[in-house]
Amino acid sequence: MWLYEKRLQYPVKISETNPKLAQVIISQFGGPDGELAASMRYLSQRYTMPYNEVTGILTDIGTEELAHMEIVCAIVHQLTRDLTPEQLKASGFDKYYVDHTLALWPQAASGAPWTATYFQSKGDPITDLHENMAAEQKARTTYDNILRLTNDPEICDPIRFLRQREIVHYQRFGESLRIVQEHLDSKNFYAINPEFDVRQDCGC
Amino acid sequence: MSECPNRKELFHHINEVSFAVDDIKLYLDTHPCDDEALECFEEYSQLRNEALKEYAKHFGPLTVDTAVCSEADKWNWIQDPWPWQEGGC
Repeated sequence: MWLYEKRLQYPVKISETNPKLAQVIISQFGGPDGELAASMRYLSQRYTMPYNEVTGILTDIGTEELAHMEIVCAIVHQLTRDLTPEQLKASGFDKYYVDHTLALWPQAASGAPWTATYFQSKGDPITDLHENMAAEQKARTTYDNILRLTNDPEICDPIRFLRQREIVHYQRFGESLRIVQEHLDSKNFYAINPEFDVRQDCGC
Repeated sequence: MSECPNRKELFHHINEVSFAVDDIKLYLDTHPCDDEALECFEEYSQLRNEALKEYAKHFGPLTVDTAVCSEADKWNWIQDPWPWQEGGC
């Protein structure tokens, strides 16, 4: 169950139209290391996670990623909402516009549509947590790449916030991996898969 | 009746204390027995809930649970700008 809160986790107030930058930043909505893939990754993995701390982290970070998706969409929306037909043609945004007008649609900067193949839900806690730690670093690199393309403080400010959260999430997933390993055989972490070989009967 | 607060300042305060709640929540997931963090969570969670009620009362609700706190005679969840719209933040 989710409840909507009518505010952004970090405010976005952009005054100048910039379709070229919007085409790049949209990758963090529907690209390979974007927020939609991040949220779906964690929220998909949590159902078979046997350790409460880690199930909590997957649920709460997966939820925060939805809020980050909304921040990225707000940035793209505010960068494109006042576009004129002339600006559309000059910036190359016409190729997006012809299919979506000025609506948000999850795609990578290249135009490739969002796909569930951007993430894995493998059903093994060591494997999934390594995937998640890598995903946070890939998203951090993407935000670093975006920050090299603009100096506009109205854009950089929320992008820096999102970049910082990737680092915090990476830290929490690292702690989650330690918690998982503490439950396993310290001589061989791979002796069993606790999401398959040891399943608890809930009794219901 | 309390005096009408400054809308921008109260909104900024809600963003700040809510962020503290978001961040401490993740820390507590992996450190559930950290007393200092638990105390910190309680403090900011309380500030957040009070501020959300105060905001709803004067400016309209940000959450469905505070929708009843506002003194409007109609459904004002849909009145104010959405967060991604100009003036919404």
